[in-house]
Amino acid sequence: MSMDRRTFLGAAGVSALIVVGRASVQPLAGADRRGPAGETCPLTRWAMVIDLRRCLRDRGCTDCFAACHRAHNVPEFPDRAHEVKWIWREPFERAFPAQGSRYTEAVFRGTPVPVLCNHCDNPPCVRVCPTQATWKREDGIVMMDWHRCIGCRYCAAACPYGSRSFNWLDPRPHIAALTPDFPTRAAGVVEKCNFCEERLAEGLAPACVEACPEKALIFGNLEDPTSEVRELLRTHHTLRRKPELGTGPALHYIV
Amino acid sequence: MFMWEKAVVGSRRYWAWIGALAAVIAMGTLFYLRQLQLGLGITGLSRDVTWGLYIAQFTFLVGVAASAVMVVLPYYLHDWRAFGRIAILGEFLSIAAVVMCLLFVFVDMGQPMRVLNILRYPTPNSIMFWDLLALAGYLALNAAIALVTLRAERQAVAPPGWIWPVVLLSMPWAISIHTVTAFLYSGLPGRPYWLTALLAPRFLASAFASGPALLILLTLVVRRLTRFDPGPEAIRKLGLIVTYTMIINVFFVLMEVFTVFYSQIPEHMEHYRFLFAGLEGYAPLVPWMWASMALAALSLVLLITPRFRERRETLALACGMVFTSLWIDKGLGLIVGGFVPTPLGAVARYVPTLPEVSITLGIWAVGFLVVTVLYKIALEVREEMAAL
Repeated sequence: MSMDRRTFLGAAGVSALIVVGRASVQPLAGADRRGPAGETCPLTRWAMVIDLRRCLRDRGCTDCFAACHRAHNVPEFPDRAHEVKWIWREPFERAFPAQGSRYTEAVFRGTPVPVLCNHCDNPPCVRVCPTQATWKREDGIVMMDWHRCIGCRYCAAACPYGSRSFNWLDPRPHIAALTPDFPTRAAGVVEKCNFCEERLAEGLAPACVEACPEKALIFGNLEDPTSEVRELLRTHHTLRRKPELGTGPALHYIV
Repeated sequence: MFMWEKAVVGSRRYWAWIGALAAVIAMGTLFYLRQLQLGLGITGLSRDVTWGLYIAQFTFLVGVAASAVMVVLPYYLHDWRAFGRIAILGEFLSIAAVVMCLLFVFVDMGQPMRVLNILRYPTPNSIMFWDLLALAGYLALNAAIALVTLRAERQAVAPPGWIWPVVLLSMPWAISIHTVTAFLYSGLPGRPYWLTALLAPRFLASAFASGPALLILLTLVVRRLTRFDPGPEAIRKLGLIVTYTMIINVFFVLMEVFTVFYSQIPEHMEHYRFLFAGLEGYAPLVPWMWASMALAALSLVLLITPRFRERRETLALACGMVFTSLWIDKGLGLIVGGFVPTPLGAVARYVPTLPEVSITLGIWAVGFLVVTVLYKIALEVREEMAAL
């Protein structure tokens, strides 16, 4: 095999980036792969707390949606049936069906709640995928391989949160401003939130978290007892969407 | 090779029928090419209703395919001589049904060129992987059995001994294809309409009613068009099978209705409300579902009354009702009913589009073509043997 100078330098650069990226994400992730007794345990479990009290200070704000969809080249189709969305809002009673009584519902009805992929502990979408085009990483992120996906949409049927979108048509003409750092998709594949794994790899917080002016989205490592997400879960009563299904969502809401 | 020469000579009526089917297939193909070019966006499917007419036909036809066991089992295992002439028709019908199933899955794929990824990355935890294996295996089993027995018949010899284990294997395999197909749906946590252990038994009961009902209708058509006569006993026994399986099917449906409405769990009731009454004023399937219920009830009256079941005309009418009723139930209601309302409680809209309906009709025409050609071969071989 021959390799010219240009290819070699390119490969070396990419390798260096990966090494540096890994190293820089370590502080976010917590240091050791081994637990106290020396057994291997996941050192990172990414999760998000959504503080609705802060989020609702400005009900019209869509900064997190815009930041996410811009960063990931999410198309905007004119027809709602073909909609692709990674993070969006649902009325409270849709995000949390059967949570309230008639009286509490009067308070919360119609309240916009940001929703996205829950990056479940036990994701039904991963269980059903016939090609392993979607899988769960050790750090809990549910990933998608858009080159392997056959577009059968079994995952979309399996997801109890409606978190998966399918490209019913070619998405490329419908991307408002192309972000060259992130791939676009072809027609006929499923996509969804990736918890900004590409940004995590560079040690950055997810785009939605960074974009929120109220700091209502808090992202962090559940395995780290000192993390802010753990602190919030310790001190607040939180809701998860449909916990009774056993999926183990990694998104927690402070109401 | 196989006795294809029998299929390429025929009457003017035969060729007119083949030509009509070819025209429907051509239309479906043209629309499919368009879908291939533009994407599944040319169907009525949407973010919330991600499966529709294609997958519903697939599900219904897996049942038709499985139902061959209703003729094969009594004939081979219990030596019901009456089914001697129609066993092969049942096997050929199931071959046509599996071909349609595979085509319906194929046209539903967003990236059809990658469909072999299912085999390149075998995934035992995915029911779809098992379903594909089950269907492909069933196709192979039935093709082998039909080919070998028909060839033996033509040579006036007993079929080779090795075919018996294959026949035996095909019986549980038939049950498995529809069970696994039910598992596609009944194992999903967020879809209460499908989340019932009764789904697989219900699938089997409805399959074992609709499949033999179709077989009776096809046999009667063939009897009218050719010199073939299955004999009154075969039709009578098939009619009895349809009667019992249809009773069991309706019983299962009522079981489901009891659990859903006595428990009063809203998420479970909403799907039935959507199908039978409509939600938020959206009620596209209501007339269909009630028609399905009415046809089921009427067909049972005809089937249970011996006088009507024994008469060929009323039996045919009852079979038509059974088939239509169950096609509506599975080929329309089952899939869309599972998606509406969405897991978030939204009442999503779905109406199949013209391209989608055309592609669906095209695949049905492929099925009819396969049945026509295979039946013609089988019947010509029979006539040839009778003339000797």
